Amino acid sequence: MKNKYRIWKKALPMAALTVMLLAASVQYAAAEDTQSSPAGTMQHEGEVMQHEGAVMQHEAATMQEAMTEETGSTMAWWMWPLILFGSTFFMGIAAVLAGVGGGVVFVPIVSGFFPFHIDFVRGAGLLVALAGAVAAGPGLLKKGMADLRLAIPIGLIASVAAIAGAQLGLLASKLNPGYIQVGLGLVILLIVAIMLKAKKSDFPDVPKSDRLSEVLAITGIYHDEASGKDIDWRIHRTPLGLSLFVIIGLMAGFFGLGAGWANVPVLNLLLGAPLKVSVATSKFLLSITDTSAAWIYINKGAVLPMIAVPSVLGIMLGSLVGVKILAKAKPAFIKWMVIGILLFAGGKALQKGLSLFGIL
Amino acid sequence: MAGKNTKASDEQLIYAKVLEKGMAAGLLGLFVTCGIYMSGMLDSTVPVQDIQKYWSMPVDDYMHATGIKRGWDWAGHLGRGDFLNFIPIAILAGITILSYIAIVPVLLRKNDKIYAVIAILEVIVLVVAASGILGSGGGH
Repeated sequence: MKNKYRIWKKALPMAALTVMLLAASVQYAAAEDTQSSPAGTMQHEGEVMQHEGAVMQHEAATMQEAMTEETGSTMAWWMWPLILFGSTFFMGIAAVLAGVGGGVVFVPIVSGFFPFHIDFVRGAGLLVALAGAVAAGPGLLKKGMADLRLAIPIGLIASVAAIAGAQLGLLASKLNPGYIQVGLGLVILLIVAIMLKAKKSDFPDVPKSDRLSEVLAITGIYHDEASGKDIDWRIHRTPLGLSLFVIIGLMAGFFGLGAGWANVPVLNLLLGAPLKVSVATSKFLLSITDTSAAWIYINKGAVLPMIAVPSVLGIMLGSLVGVKILAKAKPAFIKWMVIGILLFAGGKALQKGLSLFGIL
Repeated sequence: MAGKNTKASDEQLIYAKVLEKGMAAGLLGLFVTCGIYMSGMLDSTVPVQDIQKYWSMPVDDYMHATGIKRGWDWAGHLGRGDFLNFIPIAILAGITILSYIAIVPVLLRKNDKIYAVIAILEVIVLVVAASGILGSGGGH
């Protein structure tokens, strides 16, 4: 391995020198050709070439301008996907450490700082959240942390609402993407408020199941490794909780966000599911909610592989790294960092949206 | 340690198993198709060098400019580098449907009719979403 490195260390400067010598030779040969013609003709030809060079320079500048205008970028085509992959890799790490989903970080940041249209960003955002949920779901279900009986009725309601949200979102974007940007900005600021203010209850006190949860038999026992105890849980306020998932599903489809930021408070604080069951079930639930919305975006052409694929791969790899370093990292610092980034991204989305309405 | 009563239910374990297989296939597939796409081994419907022209367009303008139609038109372009990525994307987006289908017989066997009905309804909802019926309105 060391020998290969030494070879490259010597080869690269040699290669660079060779290229420079070749370039110099070509230039020298071109100069030689010019000098061999009669002087008068050469002078005229030189003037013509100078003029043609100026025209070409002007055309090149015009093309550059047009390309910048058209694409918003003069970078090589692979630069933005590469930056996207790197960014989503770090987003994946930060999301795990901060305890948030990838989608809620992805959409505001990418829509705010990358030259992609919000339609494609939302399509990719749903796939990012979906991929994360599908990856985490099996393990959470097998351990009994995510509860299928809790998720199934919620999933049906949320997935229907997400379809409606996706349709509305793409329609609103057609009218003016500003609606999406302003709405996104406000939702992100709401998410930040929830992250700052919402209390969490490890083991909510639910004295009795309500009628609906009894009929649906939504109850369970999971083994809490931290305390070493088996936790018996039940839920209440089920009709109100289920109806809130209509709004959550709508927003997930409309903005292309994962809905974990809303799922967990409703499951934990309103329905009374233990925090770990709420977090795990919420993560798994995204695989149902986001599936329905993702298909709408796919079939409406709002999934661009050049954006979606690096994003999904980046976030997945970042999440794997995030899980590995979770034990050593300082989650509180990361959480504050994510809150700061979301605040900035939310403000940027608002500003972008208002400027599309000609207000800012 | 976890006792018998903390064990996940049969339908939960079956769901997890199916989901896991789909997840592995989808993510692995994404690595492979991404490599093929970025390397240019297959021609793309939208050449990678031109992609910058399109990614800032609204989706309707993008489809009009590229001639791609709504719904499952992407399935007809799977021989192209960019649309090849839709195979693992479709696996990731579709595996939930298969997981639900897998648990319906278990629920019926347990006489859990309410959840069997909810699961069947969910399959219908997801299949309708996936079918493109809702996504193909107003397309060109």
